[in-house]
Amino acid sequence: MAIALVLGVITALEVMVFYVEALAPVLVPLLLVLSGAKFVLVVGFYMHLKYDTSLRGLFVGPLAIAAAIILAIMALYGYFL
Amino acid sequence: MERTSTGVANEKVLMWTFIGSECMLFGSLIATFLAYRDRSLVGPFEEELLNIPFITVTTFVLLMSSLMMVLALSAVQRGDRRGSGLFLLLTAVLGLIFLGGQVFEFSHFAHEGLGLGRNLFSGTFYLTTGFHGAHVAIGVIWLLTLWTLALRGRLGPEKSVKVEVAGLYWHFVDVVWIVLFTVIYLMSGAAAV
Repeated sequence: MAIALVLGVITALEVMVFYVEALAPVLVPLLLVLSGAKFVLVVGFYMHLKYDTSLRGLFVGPLAIAAAIILAIMALYGYFL
Repeated sequence: MERTSTGVANEKVLMWTFIGSECMLFGSLIATFLAYRDRSLVGPFEEELLNIPFITVTTFVLLMSSLMMVLALSAVQRGDRRGSGLFLLLTAVLGLIFLGGQVFEFSHFAHEGLGLGRNLFSGTFYLTTGFHGAHVAIGVIWLLTLWTLALRGRLGPEKSVKVEVAGLYWHFVDVVWIVLFTVIYLMSGAAAV
């Protein structure tokens, strides 16, 4: 239940920072951090990857490749500027 | 659970392998969306169409469906037949509400003139969110199948791995949406604020 509450709060925070003009220069990194926190909570606790250590490589390997491609595209196309 | 060389149920290993491949699939779809973002030559453009408050509600619905899935697995492991059926059904219903929201959004966009081949945004948007929606639809069918098994009393604690594997799939669908919500909606919609 606590995880669901934290997920709800982070989603509300994401939408809040989206509407705060002062945060516009750091919006993309901020949204990525908040989204990443939700991702880690769901995968770690709901999907039990925090405890199923023997299965971690099956997920983390492909995820790392996908994340690297996405971040490379974002860097190449000026999303962090 | 039968003895396996990994010490983990084979179904779980299979599902994690599948989820790993799905990471690559959605990674490529998201990368393509990002590469073509803001490059449409004709409208309607994303900042004119994306409805952040509406999609925040459907995102919350999907997050809550993940909580229901956790409660469903817990009920199955405890041998709570009534709870198993109830939470599996609630998970499926929340998934259906999310799908309803997506159908509403797609039909609204189409009404505004955003057909599949209209511009670069429409192609990448419909492909990425449509693929995710198809995954949700498959998940709902899977959950309803488990719900009927629970109703017939054929989903006891000894079969909990079936629910655990379905749960892994459902949580992954939720995780993908967490990323899509940020990348497609919040980052694209930011231009309109």
